[in-house]
Amino acid sequence: MDKFTTLTGIAAPMPLVNIDTDMIIPKQFLKTIKRSGLGVNLFDEMRYNLDGTEIEGFVLNQPAYRKAEIIVAGDNFGCGSSREHAPWALLDFGIRCVISTSFADIFYNNCFKNGILPIVMPQEVVDVLMADAKKGANARQTVDLVAQTVTTSDGQSFGFEVDGHRKHCLINGLDDIGLTLEKASAIDSFEKKNAVLHPWA
Amino acid sequence: MTARTLYDKIWDDHVVHQAEDGTCLLYIDRHLVHEVTSPQAFEGLRMTGRKVRAPEKTIAVPDHNVPTTLDRANAATMTEDSRIQVQALDQNAKDFGIHYYPVSDVRQGIVHIVGPEQGWTLPGMTVVCGDSHTATHGAFGSLAHGIGTSEVEHVLATQTLIQRKGLNFKVEITGSLRPGVTAKDITMAVIGETGTAGGTGYVIEYCGQAIRELSMEGRMTVCNMAIEGGARAGLIAPDEKTFAYCMGRPHAPKGAAWEAAVTYWKTLFTDEGAHFDKVVTIKGEDIAPLVTWGTSPEDVLPITAVVPSPSDFTGGKVEAVQRALDYMGLVPGQKLSDIKIDTVFIGSCTNGRIEDLRAAAAILKGKKKKDGIRAMVVPGSGLVRAQAEEEGLAQIFIDAGFEWRLAGCSMCLAMNPDQLAPGERCAATSNRNFEGRQGRGGRTHLLSPGMAAAAAITGHLTDVRELMAETV
Repeated sequence: MDKFTTLTGIAAPMPLVNIDTDMIIPKQFLKTIKRSGLGVNLFDEMRYNLDGTEIEGFVLNQPAYRKAEIIVAGDNFGCGSSREHAPWALLDFGIRCVISTSFADIFYNNCFKNGILPIVMPQEVVDVLMADAKKGANARQTVDLVAQTVTTSDGQSFGFEVDGHRKHCLINGLDDIGLTLEKASAIDSFEKKNAVLHPWA
Repeated sequence: MTARTLYDKIWDDHVVHQAEDGTCLLYIDRHLVHEVTSPQAFEGLRMTGRKVRAPEKTIAVPDHNVPTTLDRANAATMTEDSRIQVQALDQNAKDFGIHYYPVSDVRQGIVHIVGPEQGWTLPGMTVVCGDSHTATHGAFGSLAHGIGTSEVEHVLATQTLIQRKGLNFKVEITGSLRPGVTAKDITMAVIGETGTAGGTGYVIEYCGQAIRELSMEGRMTVCNMAIEGGARAGLIAPDEKTFAYCMGRPHAPKGAAWEAAVTYWKTLFTDEGAHFDKVVTIKGEDIAPLVTWGTSPEDVLPITAVVPSPSDFTGGKVEAVQRALDYMGLVPGQKLSDIKIDTVFIGSCTNGRIEDLRAAAAILKGKKKKDGIRAMVVPGSGLVRAQAEEEGLAQIFIDAGFEWRLAGCSMCLAMNPDQLAPGERCAATSNRNFEGRQGRGGRTHLLSPGMAAAAAITGHLTDVRELMAETV
């Protein structure tokens, strides 16, 4: 997993609420056995016509946002399925950070496993960031995970909260499985104890 | 000792390690696996030389991609990429030595129907699967939720998950349901009340008389859609109905082990005075047969209502409702019961169990679907299908003009050939009405199996109670 410390990039405004995982990556693209290559199909049905041509009005098709690295989104981003293809597609497109008032739990969790930082901000802050993002390509926002701040193109800075463990893993690009396997003896003793207490489990 | 909720108790019994910041390593009792969200996880194990830590607790079944037509043994019924995913699961199950129900096995079906049916899911367990509808298993009083593929790999390798505890959310449904109102209406009513983000960060415990009165099948329907309310997991305390359902299942304990298990399971309830961070109470008798009109499960109204207007909403929802109405081809003020449909889909992990098929067949018995309607029943498992045939339900569906399919996820998410065409409108017993969910441009109305059957007969969304009156 790539480390995440600071990021300065173009932020794409997506004010729609309840952007779900079927919008982020429709099911026909889940038939892959790889993690990569999904970026071209990110937001596929919002982004392309049936004949494959681009839908001009869609934000990521606009010249200013084609290289966006941040999305500022409406409430409840990532609701729906557990498909990790959603963060894989975002990452493959080049998105490293999504900012919203709220995220669906599983999507939120999946982001951290893939080096994407989801940031929860109150509505009034999201409103400011959304307005800033709408200024276009010159409006580059800066996300500093170490300092836990987001700064707009005109220098307004806002703090955000993030779980300490997740921050640590993201900053250092750590693999969860490796960390957990360091606790193998605790898992062993849990299993021994459980075999007596709940032998059917 | 402090009073604890059911969620607290199951959680406490599975903590392997707790870090100072509260992050826990939680032991996982059952790991269910399907073909879509697992190939990258198995590949990860291969690349790092890791094994599946507890293959005896890992159960795999292909369901999302598999065709449900009778000719599916013919490999040509699957697209190449679907076939590769199913073959990858065949191979991974073999290589890593996990339990497996291949497409050819009569026990194959939707992973959330197979797990309980085979007795893998039991009260008090932690159950995970790379699928958000894992919440279904909460009906047994097990802590069950969906995980992403990275976590699938984590569970395969360590039989644990890194978790922080969620908050407790009590949803009480008091009194009894009225005739024609089902578990599906309960779960949709809750989402209508709390919104699709209302459960975010919480684990829901469903309780109250109306929940107690539900069968295990109905309870699974309720818990299944906890995720549509934003909650990762929904729980129902186990009781005699739960024990009766589990007893004798192939992987349920037997003899003395069964007795010991039941003794433990009887401790799995929320203590008097335990703290809930959020409480919602709905009167069972206030719930009407419901249907969705928009593209979010929270866009739900009684069948007797009319299509709302964007001006009925505030904030970001105004734009979302306008977009939903445009997508769904509906106008504000239109009666929901006037909406004509093209297709009826009965099935999915929400409503693909025997009781769902019985409810639909009760409405369809001796009747025919309206001409021109495409209607299909996709049983949730091969065993549900066999039972429905034995009970004569299959013949009722066939006589009514429905296609009688083999088991799979089918048109719930349309990863197999069962899809809607652009603009095609479907009355579906599944769980998500998102844009494009059942096929690009497809329009989905979620409802109960009885309501789906009623719509098939009339050709438009219909109050099932009108057809029930006819049969009396």
